[in-house]
Amino acid sequence: MTTRRQLADVGDEVLALEGVTLWLSGREVLHDVAFSLRAGELTGLIGSNGAGKTTIFRVILGLQAPTAGKVLLSGHPRPRRNRLIGYVPQSIDLDRDVPLRARDLVALGLDGDRFGVPLPSRARRQSVDDMLEAVDAKSFADARVGNLSGGELQRILIAHALISHPRLLLLDEPLANLDIRSEQEVVTLVSRIAKEQRVAVLISAHEMNPLLPVMDRVVYVAAGRAASGSTEEVVREDVLSALYGHHVDVLHLHGRILVVAGKDEGHHVELEKKRTLSQRAIG
Amino acid sequence: MTIVAGLLHHVFEPGFFSSEPVHVAVIVGGVVALVSAVVGVFTVIRGQSFAGHSLGDVGTTGGSGAFLVGANPLWGFAIFTILGAGIMELFAARRPRGRDLATGIVLGGALGIAALFLYLGTTETSTTGATITILFGSMFVIRASTIPVFVTLAMAALAIVGALYRPLLLSTVSSDVAAARGVPVRRVGILFLLAMAIAVSLSCVTIGAILSTALLIGPAAAALRLTKRPGLALAWAALIGLATTWLGILLAYDSFYWPPARRGWPVSFFVVALVFAVYLLADLASRRTRRHHRAAENPGGPDARSSGFEETVVGDSLFGAR
Repeated sequence: MTTRRQLADVGDEVLALEGVTLWLSGREVLHDVAFSLRAGELTGLIGSNGAGKTTIFRVILGLQAPTAGKVLLSGHPRPRRNRLIGYVPQSIDLDRDVPLRARDLVALGLDGDRFGVPLPSRARRQSVDDMLEAVDAKSFADARVGNLSGGELQRILIAHALISHPRLLLLDEPLANLDIRSEQEVVTLVSRIAKEQRVAVLISAHEMNPLLPVMDRVVYVAAGRAASGSTEEVVREDVLSALYGHHVDVLHLHGRILVVAGKDEGHHVELEKKRTLSQRAIG
Repeated sequence: MTIVAGLLHHVFEPGFFSSEPVHVAVIVGGVVALVSAVVGVFTVIRGQSFAGHSLGDVGTTGGSGAFLVGANPLWGFAIFTILGAGIMELFAARRPRGRDLATGIVLGGALGIAALFLYLGTTETSTTGATITILFGSMFVIRASTIPVFVTLAMAALAIVGALYRPLLLSTVSSDVAAARGVPVRRVGILFLLAMAIAVSLSCVTIGAILSTALLIGPAAAALRLTKRPGLALAWAALIGLATTWLGILLAYDSFYWPPARRGWPVSFFVVALVFAVYLLADLASRRTRRHHRAAENPGGPDARSSGFEETVVGDSLFGAR
C-alpha cells in the first residue's frame, strides 16, 4: 500500500526557516527566525510559555503563513498537501465515548486525509502492527483512545505521525502533562526513532533539562526571537541575554541547566525545584 | 405450529402486510432511520448534537411554511434545514468559538417564524392537525409517490458521509493534525453539516420536527456504548435505528386495537420510546462490561496503572506551600 520511503542520509537538511517574521493583529510575534533541522537529529525548541514556540510550529505546518521569510522542506517550498511532516499535538480533546481504538488512530495516520471508506487489508494491518511495535504500544493497541493515559496517548500520537514515514517529526510540548517516568520513556523513544528512522525531530518544551541527554541541537526562543546551535553555543549568558534583551543568568547545577531570566521567568527555577523534589520522592 | 401461528397473528394484527400506508412507512422509515443513524454517529462524536437538534427546530419553520402555501412538507423541511445549516455556518465562521451561539441565534429566529406560520396556517383552516403532523410526524400519511425523493436524498447524505469518512474521523480527533495533513477541515465540516441537514429534514417528515433529534442522536449514542470500533459503531447505530423504527411501526399499527379510543397511538411515540429504552439497555450493558474489563486489566487494583501519576502528586504536594 504505502511504499517504504528511502531513508534519508543522516545530516541531510530537512527543514530550513529563513528570516521568518510574523505580524499578527499589529504585533510582531516572530522576528527574523532562522534555523535548520537535519535528518537523524533531535532538536529542542525551548522557550517559556508565550515565547512563540507554538507559532513557529504553525508556520512550519503551513497553518499560518509568515509575513516575511521562507519555509523550505528539503530545499523546496512546502506543498499544501504533504506527508513529509508528522505532527504530534500537545493533547487531543476526545470524548471517552468516541469509538476509536489506539490502532484505529494509528491507521488514520496512514491515510486519514483520503476520501472514502478504508478497505481492510493485510498490508495495512501489518504496517499498523509494525508501528505499534516500534513505539512499544502493543499492549494497549485495542484500548479506546479516550481511556489511554497521558504517556500511552503520546506513544499512539507519535505512531500516528510516523506511520506515513515523514522526514520531519514535530512534537508540541510532549512532556507537558506527563509524570516523570512516562517523560523519560517518551524522550528515549523519540531519540531512538530519530536515529533509527533518520527523521529530523523537533520537540518543543518549556523545560530543557529532560531533553539535555538526547538533544543534538537547540533552538532557544524568547520574545519571538530565536537562537540556534548546540547547547554549549546557545545556552550561554551572553547569547540568551541578547535574545531576551536584558541580563539572564545561566546556572549549571549537578548536570542541569537553570535559566533565570528576570522576575517573570522565575518559574523556571521553581519548576526545577519541583522536579528535584519529586525525583527524590521516587528514589 | 398452531401456537406459533396464533402468536404471530397477535403480533402482526390483520392487514399489516397488505396495508399500503404500512408498506410506505416501512420503506421510508427504514431509509430515514439508516441515514439518521449513520449521520448521527458523526454528529455525536463531533459534539454537534445541539446543532442537530436545532436543525430539526428550524425544519419546523419549513414544514409549517409548506403547509401554509400547500406544498409538500418534505420540501419545506429540506430547504429550511439546509438554509439553517448554511446560516449557522456563516455566523460560526465569523466567531470561531461561537458555534453554539450561532446555532442558538438561528434556532430562536426560526422558531419565531414557525410560530407565525403555524398561527396563520391553523387559523385559516381552523384545524390543529397540521401542527401535530409537523411537530410529531406521521409516517402513515406519507404518499407512495414520494418514496424516490426520500431514497435520493438519503443516498446523497450517505454518499457525503461515506466519502468523508476518514477526513471526518481525523478532524474529530484533532483539527490541527487534519489541517497539517492537508485536509480542508472547514469544507469537510460544511459538507457534513449538509448531510446532517438532509438527514434531519427526512426524519422531520417521518417522526416529526421535535422528535427528529431522537432518531439522530439516540441510536448513535447507544451504539457508542456498545463498541469501540468506528465501523461497528456505524453498523450498530444503523441496526438500532432500523429495529426501533420498524418495531415502532408495528406497535403503532397494532395499537389501533388498543384502548382507550381504538384509534391508534402515534407511531413517533413508539419509535422514540424504543430508542430511549435501547439507549438505557446499552448503557447498562456497557457499565457491566467495562467493570469486567477494568478488573481483568488491573489485577493489582484500580490504581495499579496510575502509580507514576501518584508520585508526581507527591512531588507537587511537597512543594505545595509556595
